[in-house]
Amino acid sequence: MNLFVEAWLWLTDPLNWEGAGSIPVRVGEHLFYTVLAMTAAALIAIPLGWLIGHTGRGRELAVGISGAARALPTFGLLYLFVMLAGVTLRGPSTVLVLVLLAIPPILAGAYAGLEVIDRRTIDAARAVGMTEWQILWKVEVPLGLPLLLGGLRSATLQVVATATLAAFVNLGGLGYDIVQGIALRRYDQMLGAAILVIILALLLDAIFAILERYAVPRGVRAGRDTDVRTTPTGRRATAESSATT
Amino acid sequence: MTWVLNNLDLILQLTLQHIRLSIVPIVLGFIIALPLGWVAYRYRLTRGLVLTLVGLLYTIPSLALFVILPPLLGIGFLSEANVLIALTIYAVAIMARSVAEALASVDQGVKQAATAMGYSGWGRFWTVDFPLAGPVLLAGLRVVAVSTVSLLTVGIVVGVQSLGYLFTNGFQRGIVEQVLAGVVMVVIIALLFDGLLVLLGRWLMPWTRVAKSAQRKAAVA
Repeated sequence: MNLFVEAWLWLTDPLNWEGAGSIPVRVGEHLFYTVLAMTAAALIAIPLGWLIGHTGRGRELAVGISGAARALPTFGLLYLFVMLAGVTLRGPSTVLVLVLLAIPPILAGAYAGLEVIDRRTIDAARAVGMTEWQILWKVEVPLGLPLLLGGLRSATLQVVATATLAAFVNLGGLGYDIVQGIALRRYDQMLGAAILVIILALLLDAIFAILERYAVPRGVRAGRDTDVRTTPTGRRATAESSATT
Repeated sequence: MTWVLNNLDLILQLTLQHIRLSIVPIVLGFIIALPLGWVAYRYRLTRGLVLTLVGLLYTIPSLALFVILPPLLGIGFLSEANVLIALTIYAVAIMARSVAEALASVDQGVKQAATAMGYSGWGRFWTVDFPLAGPVLLAGLRVVAVSTVSLLTVGIVVGVQSLGYLFTNGFQRGIVEQVLAGVVMVVIIALLFDGLLVLLGRWLMPWTRVAKSAQRKAAVA
């Protein structure tokens, strides 16, 4: 346990909180990669997921891709991309790997969110004369929001966990202190950084947990008897979107 | 291809090692998750508790877990046990939730019928609930198997040999082919495990196939 005391001392040492390569800088780098990758992945996966969910076409393909993507070892992929693109492009390569990692869960959340909606609700929307755009924006998107957020949540967790690997191609982030700690046998440093990554992951997870709570439209919350996230399709969506690094 | 052809022995040896190390967490994870998932399914009070706990475990990044476990458990950083325990924790985190969902997916009417026919609680669980929960259990186990195979590669960072060796070594020596060989082998093992689990499911649960083909026939007719 005494290693944890040392890790605490490392974490609270003022010297580690200022200058280049200090804790705030590492956390900043870590969050930068996470946010960048999540934004790019969301821009690709959400419209695509909504398209699949709205039209009901291409679902099998999306499931297949998500399954296959899970088998890819992110760690190896990172090295492979960096080697192929050249060391100068290691930043974009790393973000690309993180984007690839984040797409399947977001995609699953987006289309599953639309899929679990009662067909009668959508038929009713069509019957009162809504256009397809209106059905998508005013009915399907709000009702599918909880599952979409669930997808974004697990994607964020995976990305924040995997961003530690950025340090292996010299890109900093909290992984830097873990890698350096391992290399120099500085247990306080690697343990401290590991604890920081865990705290960061838990914090982001908590933010999404709160968002999910508020994402359910008021009318739905008043009328429902069961939790949206425990419907059969929702279950499948969460099962499909698991795998961390 | 030259690198691959010259190093077939190394690839084979690491592949076997990778398979050996992946099986332990998958099997252990399933065994541990079974009672845990049951407790989560059975009692409302423990449901939230267990599901929150496994949810939290799952948020811990693997590299951080590899680093944090040794001082916590008093084992060596470089020992295989470290990586095996970490991967078992992830397997349990995914699987416990699956078990709870699988048990909840069993038709309430069937369970009541079994009880009415005189099944005891223990007997009913193993002969009725458990097999009927099979398809959802299998889906969870497939996720566990594939992600374990892929996660194991990160273990090389703390010195546990697996196909991850081809990544770090290939990167250091600048041999693209070596890294690629590692990625391909990991994907092949993952697909192999996945395929075996599907076959195992078909063999152990022949009724799921019948149900599916009946559905298809009904859809055609």
